[in-house]
Amino acid sequence: MNPSLIGGVLDPRGPVAANEYQILQNATLVMLALIVPIIVLTLVFAWWFRAGNERATRKPDWDYSGPLEVVNWMVPLMIILFLGGMGRVASHALDPAKPLPSDAPPLDIQVVSLDWKWLFIYPDAGVAAVNHLVVPAGRPLRLRLTSGTVMNSFFVPQLGSQIYTMAGMTTTLHLQADRPGVFPGRSFQFSGDGFSDMRFNVDAVTASDYDAWLARTRAAAVGLDAAGYAALARPGTSAPRDYRLAEPHLFRTILAASTAPAPAPASHPTH
Amino acid sequence: MFGKLSWSAIPTDQPIPLVAAGIVALGMLGVAGWITRRGWWTLLWTDWITSVDHKKIGVMYVLLGLVMLVRGFIDALMMRTQQAMAAAGAEGFLPPEHFNQIFSAHGTIMIFFVGMTFMVGLMNFVVPLQIGARDMAFPTLNSVSFWLTAAGVLLLNLSLVIGEFARTGWLVYPPLSELAYSPDVGVDYYLWAIQIAGVGTLLSGINLTATILKMRTVGMGYMRMPIFCWTALTANLLIIAAFPILTATLAMLTLDRYLDFHFFTNDLGGNAMMYVNLIWAWGHPEVYILILPAFGIFSEVISTFAGKPIFGYRSMAAAALAICMLSFMVWLHHFFTMGASADVNAFFGVMTMIIAVPTGVKVFNWLWTLYGGTVRFSVPLMWSLGFMVTFIIGGMTGVLLAIPPVDFITHNSLFLVAHFHNVIIGGVIFGAYAGYNYWFPKAFGFTLDERWGRATFWCWLVGFYLAFMPLYLLGLMGATRRMQHYDDPLWQPLMVVALGGAVLICIGIGCTIVQLVVSIRARARRRDPSGDPWNGRSLEWATPSPPPAFNFATPVQVEGRDTFWTAKQAGLPAPGLPEMPAPSPVAVPVRSGTGFCIAFFATGLGFGMVWHIWWMAIAGLLGIVGVALRLAWRTVDDTELGADAVAAAYLARDREVA
Amino acid sequence: MSAVTDDPVQTITRPVPVSQRGPAPTHVVTTYGMWLFLLSDIVMFAAFFAAFVVLRDHTAGGPDGRTLFHRHTVLVETACLLFSSFSCALFGLGVEYRHRLATYAAGAATLALGAAFMVLEVSEFTHMIAIGAGPGRSAFLSGFFALVGLHGIHVACGMLWLLVMLAQVATLGFLPKVARRLQCFALFWHAIDIVWVGVFTVVYLGAFT
Repeated sequence: MNPSLIGGVLDPRGPVAANEYQILQNATLVMLALIVPIIVLTLVFAWWFRAGNERATRKPDWDYSGPLEVVNWMVPLMIILFLGGMGRVASHALDPAKPLPSDAPPLDIQVVSLDWKWLFIYPDAGVAAVNHLVVPAGRPLRLRLTSGTVMNSFFVPQLGSQIYTMAGMTTTLHLQADRPGVFPGRSFQFSGDGFSDMRFNVDAVTASDYDAWLARTRAAAVGLDAAGYAALARPGTSAPRDYRLAEPHLFRTILAASTAPAPAPASHPTH
Repeated sequence: MFGKLSWSAIPTDQPIPLVAAGIVALGMLGVAGWITRRGWWTLLWTDWITSVDHKKIGVMYVLLGLVMLVRGFIDALMMRTQQAMAAAGAEGFLPPEHFNQIFSAHGTIMIFFVGMTFMVGLMNFVVPLQIGARDMAFPTLNSVSFWLTAAGVLLLNLSLVIGEFARTGWLVYPPLSELAYSPDVGVDYYLWAIQIAGVGTLLSGINLTATILKMRTVGMGYMRMPIFCWTALTANLLIIAAFPILTATLAMLTLDRYLDFHFFTNDLGGNAMMYVNLIWAWGHPEVYILILPAFGIFSEVISTFAGKPIFGYRSMAAAALAICMLSFMVWLHHFFTMGASADVNAFFGVMTMIIAVPTGVKVFNWLWTLYGGTVRFSVPLMWSLGFMVTFIIGGMTGVLLAIPPVDFITHNSLFLVAHFHNVIIGGVIFGAYAGYNYWFPKAFGFTLDERWGRATFWCWLVGFYLAFMPLYLLGLMGATRRMQHYDDPLWQPLMVVALGGAVLICIGIGCTIVQLVVSIRARARRRDPSGDPWNGRSLEWATPSPPPAFNFATPVQVEGRDTFWTAKQAGLPAPGLPEMPAPSPVAVPVRSGTGFCIAFFATGLGFGMVWHIWWMAIAGLLGIVGVALRLAWRTVDDTELGADAVAAAYLARDREVA
Repeated sequence: MSAVTDDPVQTITRPVPVSQRGPAPTHVVTTYGMWLFLLSDIVMFAAFFAAFVVLRDHTAGGPDGRTLFHRHTVLVETACLLFSSFSCALFGLGVEYRHRLATYAAGAATLALGAAFMVLEVSEFTHMIAIGAGPGRSAFLSGFFALVGLHGIHVACGMLWLLVMLAQVATLGFLPKVARRLQCFALFWHAIDIVWVGVFTVVYLGAFT
């Protein structure tokens, strides 16, 4: 299968995803080296020592061996210590809150999960977008995420690392798209009836295209203010839309408000 | 008068639950009619419903588990079908409101009412026999435990036709499960069903722990009891330590929903992250509660069918204890992506890997048990070999998931779903089938048909790989769990393959039922008069099949491991294991309707609480107290079986099995 | 390792280890089961303690412990429970010596002290609810009412159990099973007293530090 057709984490398009995929591959190889011989030995022993096999030497009382005990405990322990050490190093290197090494300054984007759509706010650029995340390729992104509703999880498999969004709290995630492209993203934490539609695309574009998009959006689009946000927060899905950010501290307001939940999801009769 | 309950609670607009309910009702009527025709109602009450015999209770648990396996599996088939259909704009046949209930019910049923029920049932049946005891430490409490579990089952299944079930997933995370986002009764059904069943499980944990620690026969020190008893002990210690956390956490959510508390709400200071921590502090030990008895079953089966003692007994016991303790130190790996610091994630990642070490030790010991043995490919052994190959793959993916950055890209994806089904099916379900086939002759006096047993095994084995290997790939391709539809058409072929696997497993479950029917019909021919059809090693094989109510006529004196095997090798009857017992009167616990009645009132309590029918809830609570008081004033706790009765029961090996 | 016997040559008679002496007598098994249950109960309390501590500062702009709690009430409640544990110990002695009067008297004293505790606690709760500091006001108050309330429910159930036990002594006398149950009750009562020590330390004293 052509890897680029498969997509997802098997087709990383950013440094975070690439590192994580590499670790996955390495760890898989190490584990396969352990489990494949065990699987083979299981089948070989079972077959060789079958009741009908006259050539097999039987040892019906053999139930202990000191050296084997050492092997039994040491082999898994060694492998686990190795992988554990790798895991520890990787946890620090790929900590979502850790900034990515880069010459370019990080782009601040605020993310809010709603029922059932994603709101992206660019506080410094003065724009916002729903279900549509335009970013400049090659520049690190510093995402601050929260939820206007229940728990969700922000994940763009090709860019790496997902992180939960929770009301009243912020989580931080650093990502980067290396080259232009369109990368699907979605929520990875079940959040109710419209969960399957919580999808969005990341549009990584060149720097000049990004600036052009900013200019267009600031100039022509509808403004997103508190009232507009309240409308967005009502349960339902949304087509991708761009907004001019009319309320620059919208994210802070959402965070502080995190209280009265949206009215009960458009219902289904109580049957 | 009836709280929130009204006729609109019945889903007259949804064909699927109505048809399902209709089929179940017809089935129940059919069973009731058959019992009436045979005149078995009195027998059912005196010999089964009010029985406090651990063997009968164990059989009822296993039967309940089998029935719920079918129920939970139908959910699985529906989910697989929906996902095979709903690609790239197609909507499938299950709208989100229903699909969400179905996957929530599937998980809840499989964990609580199939996995737990099967394992507790097998432990109930086998452990007292293996330790040479007459029954459990608290026989009446044992009956209460079973019937409370059944009450939980009843409540959950009532939600199918009266109201709805939770639409939140099987762990009902807040804030989604709070009133604000789940105003309907679904989450309430979940809370009361699981709380009631959870009390039953906790009592069972206390019972089995006290039994193993205080009721072993003379000479059976800790290092002489079968490995199954070690894993049962560690599993039940975990139940005692972990289930109260579940009770507390669900109680907090209940308080939020009923009395406007704010433990986990979004507003007024609630903390949903705390729920995630608490529920997984229970949830991780829970999966070890499920797998440890299965490990024990495999130790028994592999040792018996290789004709060798289990290799590395001390290591096996130590590994079980290590798993027991370590299982409390890994819970955060269920939410690496919730935003903890790198140090915290790394710590839990390393701890999770460390718990893989004792498991690896067990796998090696099973391997060395096979080495040098004389391996007989019975049905239980085939399940064990299937387990050794399959579980280890699931273990591998578990270790991968334990690396936090890998978890960041696979958490909550179909990769995760494949992993936990890999270990639960490959471990718990295969173990349940191995134990079922292995101990069935002991429980009923005749063996299960082997051909249908093999057919079941191969259908499950191949079906499992077909159903879940594609899910590993789909997860890596970016598919999350619990999708009612998806837009990438490239995912659909894999979903169809997965559906094919599910269909094959369905055929396997069908083979299980056929196996049972065929074996019952051929029971005269399949009878095992010796009580020891497999040339077993432990004490349960020294009793007749089925064992008399009191298990052993005279106390068995144990001098080492594998007592029965040793006695057979020496050709002598060991003390307490004679062919002709010197019978003396034996006290047998008196039967009791306490368990059934308490469960009846508990169901009323639960149903009343779900629908806010306060008088019903109060009546249920008072009823439970009343039944308990009645038990408190019971003055006769045992009936004495005279010496002649003991001899007759013990020697009657050719009893007709009803 | 031989599977037949651990000591093929026994020239010295060692005492049989406790683990090999066979099933324990009924009263040992029963109280052991009670201990296991108490352990599980303590785990349940631990979860509520943990929740309380996590939510302690989540007062959502409402009153905190320092404003709400009355230390002298808590002192009296503590005294009631501690003295009730003493009377419960006397109760246990009465049972051991099969002395009916002592049993009833000590039992009544325990009941009375338990009742005093409950009255104080219920009035504390009703007062807090009346001034708008009920469990629905904030997460802190939810944690408080749940933890302290759970303990209170245990005390109430203990009192009910005690009443039942006194009735059993009156109707059945000191049967072995009645004595076993009384022993279990005593264990329970002492355990909830210990939990109270935790409660007043973490909840009440903790609010003033």
